[in-house]
Amino acid sequence: MTALPGRTEKSLGLVIDLDTCVGCQACAVSCKEWNSASGSHAPLADLDAYGAAPAGTFLNRVHSFEVTPPEGPAVVVHFPRSCLHCADAPCVTVCPTGASYKRAEDGIVLVDEAACIGCGLCAWACPYGARELDGAERVMKKCTLCVDRIYNDALPEADRVPACVKACPTGARHFGDLADPGSAVSRLVAARGGFDLMPEQGTRPVNKYLPPRPRGPSGQAPLEPLAAAAPGGFLGWLDRALDRL
Amino acid sequence: MGRAPDLAPRIADEVRRTTCYMCACRCGIEVHVKDGQVRHIEGNRDHPVNRGVLCAKGSAGVMQHNSPARLRAPLLRTGPRGSGEFREISWDEALATATAWLQPLRATAPEKLAFFTGRDQSQGLTGWWAQMFGTPNYAAHGGFCSVNMAAAGIYTLGGAFWEFGATDWERTRLLVMFGVAEDHDSNPIKIGLGKLKARGARVIAVNPVRTGYAAVADDWIAITPGTDGLLILALAQELLRAGRIDLDYLARFTDAGILIDAREGPTRGLYLRDAEGRPLVIDRRTGAPAPWEAPGVAPDLARGLAEDGVEHLPVFRHLALRLLDPAHAPEAVAARCGVPAERIRALAAELAAAAFEAPVVLPWPWTDFRGERHAAMVGRPVSFHAMRGISAHSNGFQTARALHVLQCLLGAVETPGGFRFKPPCPRPAAAQPRPHGARGPGQPLAGPPLGFPLGPDDLLVDAEGRPQRIDKAFSWEAPLAVHGLMHMVIANAHAGDPYPVDTLFLYMANMAWNSSMNTAGTMRMLADRRPDGEYVIPRIICADAYSSEMVAYADLVLPDTTYLERHDCISLLDRPISEPDAMADAIRWPVVAPDRPGHAGVRPFQSVLLDLGARLGLPGMVAADGSPRYRDYADYIVNHERRPGIGPLAGWRGDGTARGRGAPNPGQLDRYIAAGGFWQAHVPEEAAFFKPWNRAWQDWATAMGLQDRPNPYPFALWVEPLRRFQLAAEGHGPRQPPEHLRARIRACLDPLPFWPPALEEAAVDAAAFPLHALTQRPMAMYHSWGSQNAWLRQIHGENLLFLPEAVWRQGGFAPGDWAVVTSPSGSITVPVAPMAAQNAATVWTWNAIGKRAGAWALDPAAPEATRGFLLNHLIGELLPDQGDGRRWANSDPVTGQAAWFDLRVRVERAGPDARLQPAFAPQSSPVGRGPAVVRHGGLWR
Repeated sequence: MTALPGRTEKSLGLVIDLDTCVGCQACAVSCKEWNSASGSHAPLADLDAYGAAPAGTFLNRVHSFEVTPPEGPAVVVHFPRSCLHCADAPCVTVCPTGASYKRAEDGIVLVDEAACIGCGLCAWACPYGARELDGAERVMKKCTLCVDRIYNDALPEADRVPACVKACPTGARHFGDLADPGSAVSRLVAARGGFDLMPEQGTRPVNKYLPPRPRGPSGQAPLEPLAAAAPGGFLGWLDRALDRL
Repeated sequence: MGRAPDLAPRIADEVRRTTCYMCACRCGIEVHVKDGQVRHIEGNRDHPVNRGVLCAKGSAGVMQHNSPARLRAPLLRTGPRGSGEFREISWDEALATATAWLQPLRATAPEKLAFFTGRDQSQGLTGWWAQMFGTPNYAAHGGFCSVNMAAAGIYTLGGAFWEFGATDWERTRLLVMFGVAEDHDSNPIKIGLGKLKARGARVIAVNPVRTGYAAVADDWIAITPGTDGLLILALAQELLRAGRIDLDYLARFTDAGILIDAREGPTRGLYLRDAEGRPLVIDRRTGAPAPWEAPGVAPDLARGLAEDGVEHLPVFRHLALRLLDPAHAPEAVAARCGVPAERIRALAAELAAAAFEAPVVLPWPWTDFRGERHAAMVGRPVSFHAMRGISAHSNGFQTARALHVLQCLLGAVETPGGFRFKPPCPRPAAAQPRPHGARGPGQPLAGPPLGFPLGPDDLLVDAEGRPQRIDKAFSWEAPLAVHGLMHMVIANAHAGDPYPVDTLFLYMANMAWNSSMNTAGTMRMLADRRPDGEYVIPRIICADAYSSEMVAYADLVLPDTTYLERHDCISLLDRPISEPDAMADAIRWPVVAPDRPGHAGVRPFQSVLLDLGARLGLPGMVAADGSPRYRDYADYIVNHERRPGIGPLAGWRGDGTARGRGAPNPGQLDRYIAAGGFWQAHVPEEAAFFKPWNRAWQDWATAMGLQDRPNPYPFALWVEPLRRFQLAAEGHGPRQPPEHLRARIRACLDPLPFWPPALEEAAVDAAAFPLHALTQRPMAMYHSWGSQNAWLRQIHGENLLFLPEAVWRQGGFAPGDWAVVTSPSGSITVPVAPMAAQNAATVWTWNAIGKRAGAWALDPAAPEATRGFLLNHLIGELLPDQGDGRRWANSDPVTGQAAWFDLRVRVERAGPDARLQPAFAPQSSPVGRGPAVVRHGGLWR
């Protein structure tokens, strides 16, 4: 159906730190705002916006899961979910019109809305549920990696990052070229054991997730009480300690 | 290959930098304006609060600005209270009506006006307005928010968490967070946590629920609500028993060495002072008494002074006795706290290791107030943060006190790596104002209505000891109610206790819904009528920007603008945006013009207040010829002077070069706008730490107008003002508590921290109500505001009550079930879900998601009204009846803080056809309903 580029010059993507993500939804909403307002694509509509069953398009959603490990108390993990810009993107190859495509220069997966017929095949093909059909426009929407920010010379250089990366208050989202082993994001992935989401799907995602660090008590030995038999007890210790100041 | 998108869209005609208002955090924002409309909002990278990041609420600001719930014109009630039926009126009629209602009150009994503000970031103005009107019945919402934390911080340290202090994020190696409300210091804490994570510092959460910050913490202590004070006292005991405390710090910088008067009589328990009033210590160099602050003095913490047959012991001896009490041993508190003793011991050991094994040493010389030169700044890299989780209990003041004492024992306040003050703090209670009462018809108060009492002389009570204020703040019922008790205003006004009021004037406070305890009862009180048919509370004026539940109960509505349409001033006279390394303040300004076509329009509330003040002829608000003194709030911000040279904004004063002090500068607002909406002055390096005792800080703060003279002071392990109230309860002094409060004052106003069980816990049968019930603020919502926001309501459109797994199992619950939740004061029926990561005796839910049908321009069938719920219905504003005929507030007996989190409940499975209870009749919407489809950005596509 639609061909993928054999290889891309860069593999731009996100590294998302699940150890640090507090689930605040800043990424989800800043994404919604930029990708509605920028005008590069159709806005992300909200149907029944003030009604009984509001349904809007989001390119990035944050889910919270509770996990009870074999040892220790349950933990809560916040998991932001958006397009992973896969190297072997099934959403592209399934597209009957060529509307879904992967850019050869940077690996970003995009939708040409003019060519999209809203058939929804790509959403079915994506194992991550990262695509949403816009209820008003009837075209497929997905993360663009803010392709209209990262090259946008109307923005200050520091702001030429995806909206979610700029907004993230804890700094849990990192943007860069994952094809370059020397990039900051690649080094972070190496240092922290970054992993592919659902590698068994064979999609070779560009985005990586960093796992939560182990949680639990420090194992610190309890404090030694002052020797009960010490001369003068607590006051004696106090007096001697003050003398040493 | 597809068509390339526009890679470089120009989205704005202009980027206007102002200050966010989507929560209490006050971040800098860049508003991209196109064709006179708000197109996009992102964080301002230069701003000291948020450094470019922005939370979900901030990014959804455009939907708040364009909310369909925006009011459009002044409203006069036409239906019964609560119906939401109004007619739109002109501003002339609205202002004339308000003036006609208020003028006679001021002329006869100004206290008959109760003026209370909710989301108020202009208390410098609103408090001054109340003062000039002459009513003491003024406060903002701090009494039902976190006054315990604020008051304990100021009385102990002269600073407090959030607005007046922060963790030293750059240097701390261990952060312990107790019960944090995620909206206070929201982005700075998130930024800080990111920094700690990046450099491998350790974070420990003490919280009944493992969500949010607790979810990313390295360790989690699932404490039982209301027992944090016990845990803290046990940690302190462990440190003390091991001698792992910072004696040098305690001796130099706290009152640990100050002698406590042991003589029987009216001075017993106060600091022993010399003839000049200076507190005395034993100087270890001489063994003789000497003034605490004298050059070279080395306070002794062990030895007392034998005199007149008694021995005056230093504070530290009293404190050690308290802390070493067997009741504070880890084993003794473990069951109650729900935390095993070995976990408490390990946490104490972690604190000690972080504090003492690798001190932070900054090679920055400084000179202390005694004149001693120090070659470096040495600190303890262990820090704490706490907020509403420990504050909103009836034992919250003493719990917060215990936490601050623990920080002092570790030497971790105002030292590198610990907890740092933000300007204008340090500022101890003695350097704060006192509260002021009414002076009679037509008279302004002699000073601000709110303040920090130092003893019974500062209470606002009459000759019989009865409260002067409608909320009973600064009475024997709540002596240190430094933020007032807004949660008691409606109930007290309805009961006529201590007296009825005529007009209730509320600014952006949703008291008919999520901001009140006993919400259903409060709604009844607001609409209750006397036998003659008049309302028990005769008049209600609301100023608000949106169609809230409270607006439906107003007789007159003064519609405010959105935060992008008005001037605001985040002032050093109020609650500024300072960070520890910078004194800073900020503005909002109209980045777009208010626009309500076809209606009378909206006006900025602060400008309306000044207009009303001028119409009422209030001092300071009229010129000599009787004309308005200020054109609007912007004019006030620039030209008002609180003291000569000190105004609402500290930047660009005088000729534009003066900082802190200086004459008004007509170009000041332009300078703020050009600079991104804020101003900051960096604290000199030599003044960066040890501020209360650091000469460089004291001189700098004086030069900058933060204080009028250097004012070094010791931290108060022993809070003398509390002891003065105890002395009165023991029979000393002319001002005596009423008999029914004498024992309570004696017990609760202890100058040393202690842990009493929560009042509700003591008053109810724990077997009948075995569970604690809490609410938390979701990070993507702010109070009731978020539900009108088309984006945020898709994240939190309904809430569930989360039950611990054992409760879920034993109750026979299944997915999709509802439960009947019963407290001593009410019952609700709500949807439930199980959760493992929470304290086993606690249920919880998100706060303020539930809405009354018809409010906020939502469809009455919205999930917020059909599945969203409030716990408020279960929480009495009064304690269960004690059978003595008295109305006992469900509040901390020291500060009056609303004890939201003392709530006890039981939970039972509801039948299969359960629906949300209680249910209320829908309110009419004076603004209609929101549109079916929102396509933000569609205009520019």
